Amino acid sequence: MALVQAHCARREGRLKEHGQILLAHGGGGRMSRSLIEAEIAPRFGKGPLKGFPDAASLPDPDGPLVFTTDSFVVQPLEFPGGDIGKLAVHGTVNDICVCGGKPLWLSVGLILEEGLNISLLRRILDSLAAAADECGVTVVTGDTKVVARGQCDGLYINTSGIGRALPGFSLGPEMIRPGDAVLASGPLGDHGMAVLCAREAVLSGTGPMSDTGPVHRLVAAAADMAGAVRFMRDPTRGGVAAVVNEAVHGTPCGVALDEQNIPVSPATRSAAELLGLDILHVASEGRILLFCAPEACDPILTAWKAIPEGRNACRMGTVTADAGSVLLNTLAGGRRLVDMPQGELLPRIC
Amino acid sequence: MKYVDAFRDPAASRAVVSELASLAGKLRESGIRPAIMEVCGTHTMAIARNGIRDVLPPEVSLISGPGCPVCVTEPGYIDAAILAATRATVFTFGDMLNVPGSEDSLATARAAGADVHPCYSPSAALDFARANPARETVFLAIGFETTIAPVAALAAAAENGLPNFSMLTALKLVPPALAALVSDPAVHIDAFLCPAHVSAIIGSDAYAPFAGPGGRPCVIAGFEPLDILYGIRCILAQLADGQAFVENEYARVVKPEGNVKAQNLISRYMEPYDAAWRGIGVIPASGLRLRKQYGAMDAESRFGIRVEPGTPPTGCRCGDVLKGILNPPGCPLFDGRCTPENPVGPCMVSSEGACAAWHSYRRIAPAGKDA
Ligand code: SF4
Repeated sequence: MALVQAHCARREGRLKEHGQILLAHGGGGRMSRSLIEAEIAPRFGKGPLKGFPDAASLPDPDGPLVFTTDSFVVQPLEFPGGDIGKLAVHGTVNDICVCGGKPLWLSVGLILEEGLNISLLRRILDSLAAAADECGVTVVTGDTKVVARGQCDGLYINTSGIGRALPGFSLGPEMIRPGDAVLASGPLGDHGMAVLCAREAVLSGTGPMSDTGPVHRLVAAAADMAGAVRFMRDPTRGGVAAVVNEAVHGTPCGVALDEQNIPVSPATRSAAELLGLDILHVASEGRILLFCAPEACDPILTAWKAIPEGRNACRMGTVTADAGSVLLNTLAGGRRLVDMPQGELLPRIC
Repeated sequence: MKYVDAFRDPAASRAVVSELASLAGKLRESGIRPAIMEVCGTHTMAIARNGIRDVLPPEVSLISGPGCPVCVTEPGYIDAAILAATRATVFTFGDMLNVPGSEDSLATARAAGADVHPCYSPSAALDFARANPARETVFLAIGFETTIAPVAALAAAAENGLPNFSMLTALKLVPPALAALVSDPAVHIDAFLCPAHVSAIIGSDAYAPFAGPGGRPCVIAGFEPLDILYGIRCILAQLADGQAFVENEYARVVKPEGNVKAQNLISRYMEPYDAAWRGIGVIPASGLRLRKQYGAMDAESRFGIRVEPGTPPTGCRCGDVLKGILNPPGCPLFDGRCTPENPVGPCMVSSEGACAAWHSYRRIAPAGKDA
């Protein structure tokens, strides 16, 4: 036993000693959280960053502003259903939307690698511009840097966004109550599986398509019931498992999901089976998970189903009084824990 | 696509589950409490992920077998792989990254600068070697028969004209491991739930030596929840009738003779040897390595590296877990010192490892019942 402890201490010691970041620290799971808790929260975790919302609320005389930033390093730069340009708009816009904001302005920072093909860059910028138009946001500032070959992988994008808080929403994990409904706006895991299949050249041509897309219309459609909406998140890195676990972490609530009702597209299901991945750990980039009071469930689903991006929306679970426990009622009739993903599931999908 | 869904139908599951209950009732009368070994790590994971144990009659127990390739790989192999990564670009299945070697893991070695790339398909290594002719490229070829077939195809593709490509092999065979288990007096197994994909290569006939009079039911099943439930149903029915034969529930893919083309390709490039299994020991003729004439493709001889047994982590009970003697929660380190973020043994790392499956998909006890 002492030897094992020495072994573990050695492992931990080595990490600390070299101050090494592992790819698993970027996976959106437990390792990401521990990095943020250890290194970011103590330095910046007060004020609007407290509790790490997807976007910060800033005081403004005309009503609160919502501010967020995100960086995009996905490989390949173009994948079935999207590209890094679109993704860079949707990622930031959606973070504003799920915090109950209406996105207005965007900054775009580009880091280009020497040798990047100019027509590829044009395609990506066109796609970024079209995505911004569709979401009703204006790119108001930006920056471009070029680094030597080998210092970045083709193209990285950072976007920051500012929006205005929509009236009526009062959101946060602390608002969640036992009995609340958990809704998904559409099939889950398409983005992560599409990128992975593209990168690994599995199922090319017949594989999943990324769901990258804006959620502003979905949030607007739920705004009639704003008072009954408790919490929203877009299940990106770490997937549904990470979002739901984080939502109830430290609250007196748990969640029971029904596998039967979890929307998954057939192509994504097949790809996940093939690669042995748990769909609940795989990212979406155009979906919302929404927690609401039970009476708001049907009206929100009806409103969502009336718009194209919400046509496969469904209720996939219920909030329980079982503190911190996220369970899945399986198709086979069993029950199991839905754990946070550990680390490096799909490196660089966003 | 409908295909997958047909094997996930809750109504069909319920029907099989009620059959299981009545078969278990029959067995109870004859005093049999069946212990079924699921040989393959993919089954282990699917069983945990789908909550299969919850719907089984209480007297039926499922025990995990040695069929997780990462779990049975010796720590010395990781050490050799890290050494290789100081001289070449190394491609590996992602599962291997966090497996502790004697000192480091490939993930910590990579963070310290070693050139290690996780991949899902071995052909990524080949593509890299083609695109970078000046760079030595090593593929970490670990796995069972399912992986050995593509690895042999890799050898065939690299044989002519890819002088910068080699493989560090730790390839293992399922039937010799089963033979070792059934002859071990400490191991108690009433039946085998046999792997789907491995069986597609080796064929259902490969299990004949373990069935028959005095043997055990061997049922080949797919990985969907209904496949697994139905496979267990076939096992219980055989036990209730006092039978022990090879039954192929996965006949949509598995043939009696297996995939002869793949077998021929494998034997052209590979030869059997007495391989060491982590926690189990050396099993005669249980591994495959490149034949001598393909030495240039063998990273060991190419770089003068030798895979030694290495130092297994003290206190880790992976060997007993792999033999089905111990369920993961029985290991004193389980969920304490040993978690997926800080794994002590490989069974906690691999996505097919029994300890990882028990940890990630912990069963939730219905109120008042033990998990
Ligand atoms: S819990 Fe960890 S230490 Fe124990 S047997 Fe499993 S992998 Fe080894």
